[in-house]
Amino acid sequence: MRMGERTFSTTNYLRPGLRFPFCPGCGLYALSDAFLRAVFELGYDDFRKFCFVSGIGCSSWIPSPYYLADSVHTLHGRSIPVATSIKLLRPDLHVVVFGGDGDVVGIGMGHFVHAARRNTDILVIMGNNMIYGMTGGQVAPTTPLKTRTTTTPYGSFEHPLDAAKLAAVAGANYSARWTTAHQKELRECFKKALQMDGFRFVEVVTQCPTAYGRRAGFKNVGEMLKWFKENAVPVAEAEKMGKGELESKIVVGEFIQRRRLTLVESVYAVLREAQKNA
Amino acid sequence: MDNKNGTRTFLQGSEACVEAALIAGCRFFAGYPISPANEIAEHMAAHLPKVGGIFLQMEDELASIGAVVGASWCGVKAMTATSGPGFSLMQETIGWAFMTETPCVIVDVQRVGPGTGQATKCAQGDVMQARWGTHGDYTAVSLCPNSVQEVFELTIRAFNLAEKYRTPVTLLTDETTVHLREHLVIPPLESIEIVNRKKPKAGEQVFFGLESVAPMPSIGEGFNVAVTGSTHDEKGVRFTADPVTHRRMIEAINNKIRKNLDDIVQVESYNIEDCKVGIVAYGITSRAIYEAVEEAEKRGVKVGYVRLKTLWPFPEKPVQKLAENSEKIIVPEMNLGQIVNEVKRVAGYTEVVPLNKIGGGELITPEEILEKILKETK
Ligand SMILES: Cc1ncc(C[n+]2csc(CCOP(=O)(O)OP(=O)(O)O)c2C)c(N)n1
Ligand code: SF4
Repeated sequence: MRMGERTFSTTNYLRPGLRFPFCPGCGLYALSDAFLRAVFELGYDDFRKFCFVSGIGCSSWIPSPYYLADSVHTLHGRSIPVATSIKLLRPDLHVVVFGGDGDVVGIGMGHFVHAARRNTDILVIMGNNMIYGMTGGQVAPTTPLKTRTTTTPYGSFEHPLDAAKLAAVAGANYSARWTTAHQKELRECFKKALQMDGFRFVEVVTQCPTAYGRRAGFKNVGEMLKWFKENAVPVAEAEKMGKGELESKIVVGEFIQRRRLTLVESVYAVLREAQKNA
Repeated sequence: MDNKNGTRTFLQGSEACVEAALIAGCRFFAGYPISPANEIAEHMAAHLPKVGGIFLQMEDELASIGAVVGASWCGVKAMTATSGPGFSLMQETIGWAFMTETPCVIVDVQRVGPGTGQATKCAQGDVMQARWGTHGDYTAVSLCPNSVQEVFELTIRAFNLAEKYRTPVTLLTDETTVHLREHLVIPPLESIEIVNRKKPKAGEQVFFGLESVAPMPSIGEGFNVAVTGSTHDEKGVRFTADPVTHRRMIEAINNKIRKNLDDIVQVESYNIEDCKVGIVAYGITSRAIYEAVEEAEKRGVKVGYVRLKTLWPFPEKPVQKLAENSEKIIVPEMNLGQIVNEVKRVAGYTEVVPLNKIGGGELITPEEILEKILKETK
């Protein structure tokens, strides 16, 4: 089929009769839209070749049960180990994990680092709203310093985590960060990640007007998106900047792209070896 | 394995467990190192790949049990093995497996607790944890072997029950039983019953919450199955506030076990129709009752017993019968009293006497049980 003959429609990818439950203006609509368009542009008309795994939180609700696909909605922080066995047993499928920053690099941090180390062949998409959204706006490991949240009424006093950088250092084949104000880049990034093997991490800085924006002093969603756009610094530029200069910036772009031995490759090599000698 | 007439071998309990799991069709194992369950993982690591199965050592027990549940949703029989501290860490995910109706087998090799306790020493302290370890309303299934032969048999049975009822099943064993070396007879393979989960037909959409046990699709078969540990309807769609959906779902997943006790509950019983004193025992401790009973009978005391092979659901009927036909029931356990309370719950007016011993892995001996019998019948 020629590309021109296909037209994008979300209905091919969404479970009929259901609607996303996100707040008005939530960035997760845009995150999902960029992902679905990437899937479409790669030529997939449905999710037959996909399996989605997610944790607990608003971001984790994107695929479950809204995507018309096999989806496994796990516990808070536990999506990655579940995705690991699924990918090993069904290496023919794209196994895609959705989760929030609390889910993936808070409670689920151990699994995240180890999956990057193993170079587990899954794509992890983290909606980073810099807050615990679903539970009503508590401080997260990604909350910028001095931000007021429900559990930091005097301002956050801990350093936030750079998850995209961590994935790169820990061994991922691919790691990138964009924001919901970068729809085109985000879509291209998803497309690229979906065509690679090994551990791929895409961090999407996303606006949570309800639990973050209001308290952090943003008047509306537009202001948040403007903040994302104006404070986004490409990786290459950030490397030239001092630590102090970067404090309020969002570094965007690719942190790593490489071809390292992946978990699927290693596990199947072991299987072949063991069966040869059996 | 060529074993037309059965194979007689001499194996450690942990080896028997792995052998049985492979025969039952287990093709995925994930675990985290912990005494005294390490041998099971090590045998799995060696043998599973030979039959095309995948072995993973994960970063912790949370990941191990998570990977097991994921594997099961790929249509693969999966298992993990751990001990007290790891069993504690797995509890949240075990609850998720109940809620998602995921067949899987968890081997808990009991050691002395709480905390790190005595890592290499035998105990029976996880009995109530196996029943009530995770939050919410569910009906746990736990099997409790007392020999290498029974480790073999009950491991296969654990997989069969897990598949038949789409539920996690715990093989609740202990340090001594998995480290024992004994004769094991592996029956001819074609004589061993192997149960596989019911699969949906093309077009079917109901995958959850049936008392009759809903068919279970696998990932990648085109069913677009939505698996969630949140309250969901028969199609897997979340209903996080509706009381009716929750009641319906939870009643169904409990009833699929509770209405099949005759199929699930197994005991070994002796003289329960008529005895002066009864014993209710399980696992490693139950090995001591045979000699004690024999010696008591030589001294003219008629003893009956119920040995619990299924620990959960608790075998109420046979224990009730024992209680009706005896004056007292002795319950020896290597904890400070766990199953004894279940026995009391069903024993009516019959007196129930605990016999407890903890620490250092010291087993309750036949002499100690005999002494208790003689004392209680004086
Ligand atoms: C073990 C456990 N602890 C706590 C919770 C409560 N909880 C639900 S969602 C959530 C955090 C959500 O934040 P995040 O993962 O960042 O996702 P978001 O909602 O912001 O997208 C928490 C802590 C839980 N469900 N399970
Ligand atoms: S709480 Fe925040 S992240 Fe969650 S749906 Fe609302 S806006 Fe989105």
